[in-house]
Amino acid sequence: MPEITRDEVEHLANLARIDLSDAELDHLAPQLSVILESVASISGVAGDDVPPTSHALPLTNVFREDVVVPGLGAEAALAGAPESEQQRFMVPRILGDEQ
Amino acid sequence: MSADLTRRTAADLAADLAAGTTTSVALTQAHLDRIAAVDGGPDAGVHAFLHVDAEGALAAAAASDERRAAGSPASALDGVPIAVKDVLATRGLPTTCGSKILEGWVPPYDATVVARLRAAGLPILGKTNMDEFAMGSSTEHSAYGPTRNPWDLERIPGGSGGGSAAALAAFETPLALGTDTGGSIRQPGAVTGTVGVKPTYGGVSRYGLVAMANSLDQVGPVTRTVLDSALLHELVGGHDPLDSTSVDQPLPSLVDAARRGAEGDLSGVRVGVITELSGEGYQAGVQARFEESLELLVKAGAEVVEVSCPTFVHALATYYLIMPCEASSNLAKFDAMRYGLRVLPEGVDSPSAEQVMRATRDAGFGDEVKRRIILGTYALSSGYYDAYYGTAQRVRTLIARDFAAAFEKVDVLVSPTAPTTAFKLGEKLDDPLAMYLNDLATIPANLAGVPGMSLPSGLADEDGLPAGFQILAPALADDRMYRVGAALEAALHERWGGPLLDRAPALAAQAGPTDANGASA
Repeated sequence: MPEITRDEVEHLANLARIDLSDAELDHLAPQLSVILESVASISGVAGDDVPPTSHALPLTNVFREDVVVPGLGAEAALAGAPESEQQRFMVPRILGDEQ
Repeated sequence: MSADLTRRTAADLAADLAAGTTTSVALTQAHLDRIAAVDGGPDAGVHAFLHVDAEGALAAAAASDERRAAGSPASALDGVPIAVKDVLATRGLPTTCGSKILEGWVPPYDATVVARLRAAGLPILGKTNMDEFAMGSSTEHSAYGPTRNPWDLERIPGGSGGGSAAALAAFETPLALGTDTGGSIRQPGAVTGTVGVKPTYGGVSRYGLVAMANSLDQVGPVTRTVLDSALLHELVGGHDPLDSTSVDQPLPSLVDAARRGAEGDLSGVRVGVITELSGEGYQAGVQARFEESLELLVKAGAEVVEVSCPTFVHALATYYLIMPCEASSNLAKFDAMRYGLRVLPEGVDSPSAEQVMRATRDAGFGDEVKRRIILGTYALSSGYYDAYYGTAQRVRTLIARDFAAAFEKVDVLVSPTAPTTAFKLGEKLDDPLAMYLNDLATIPANLAGVPGMSLPSGLADEDGLPAGFQILAPALADDRMYRVGAALEAALHERWGGPLLDRAPALAAQAGPTDANGASA
């Protein structure tokens, strides 16, 4: 019987970069276990000889002409940025005690 | 013929414009007035719209009228207004995906389907409400408050595209675009008495559609008639070099198929009833309207047989593994760095980018989105990947094989669209599994990439609410469902003495429209 413990949810949230509150962890863990239990019903339905399908269409190697086309200008690309400076995205510090 | 422009179909309006009996400005204004009268906001009214662009729509309408006066309309639907689900990027218009994390974001580019609407001259009335990032079956997971079903404002309009479907049912727009990953066009269509089509995967460009699950998402029409869907589908469909999953081959004419179907002759058409997608678990009134519709198909000359697709019973579980895996990867891009919300963690001096990311994603995502991200992260984790994602992909193969085998015996497959009529707001909000069951019948088509349509089959006896009839066709044979759908629609309209929506209750006037921020529009 698959089950996701509260600690596991905390770890997964950490991997997914979401700060879940204690209340959210209490709330989500049992719900996720119920969902997981339900979806686990498909184990054993398909034999190992069945190939996986990742995509509905058998398209491979879709190319375009190697031609330069205009992209977004810096102004448009930065228009939605929380902060910008000198035509660049301004981000919080990326080095420090966590590294 | 109704004098009220908002009651007319898109095909009627296109004919009116061509005949010169109305103008695009007049009918765009009529729909804006209707939105102002009935849409209300988060707390009352239909609340189908998150953002209304009266100024932009009227400017586009005026330009359309000029083209027509000069004798050069840009398309058959030039001047007919439309609403767009808020998951499609619209340059210069807010695009929130129903999420706080994109509150106030204005895309610097248009989705291909939106660019095609603009090029064809359709004024865009606004952006419609949806479950956050299209995750849900009730539109209650919108961060901006739910949309309410025009048939009963205490009930859900379906989801995730409840806004688009409700806008059609409330006569706020003659056309809308939706997206369908597991039923988000078809299930809202079913519970609001409107028509919705999920095209063949790859039939309509996904460029500029904010992805939930790339291998399942598809853009499609939301309308009040089968012919209107065909007109819109042809307009936005077709190859797009900006989408590498776009199919580069011509489809048979969908409008021709719809017109041919409306003549009512289905001689030689083989219709398969999917054994696994009806009967037990389906509300009695939904099942009764489904069976009556089958009788009408037989009367029209179709041969109706039962077809078993045994692996479809595993479709829901397969979907709820594949979709969260793709969704958790897709939503990783909302990192508070380049666009969208940025929240600084409380009580932290000089927070790091990663701390900002964590705080932003906690504040910006709602419960359902968090559930699916965590579930997807789990299923893709080392050690679980094969057991979950790998297994689901193999079952997906079996589901596609069931479709292939069924389509050797029949031309189209049918089922009720959703197992029940619209339920009450709040009823299933905190029971994810109960919510997921709404998509039981619609999910198989997304997994296999085949097209699906929902059209109204009538009102369930027990609650007087609309039920939906689903038609599925083989990949790239979208024309078949238009033919069968139009024939069924014609027979049902004849039986009812008019469209089903004629029986929807009148809506009370609301205080005024609001935008996503709650301010007066």
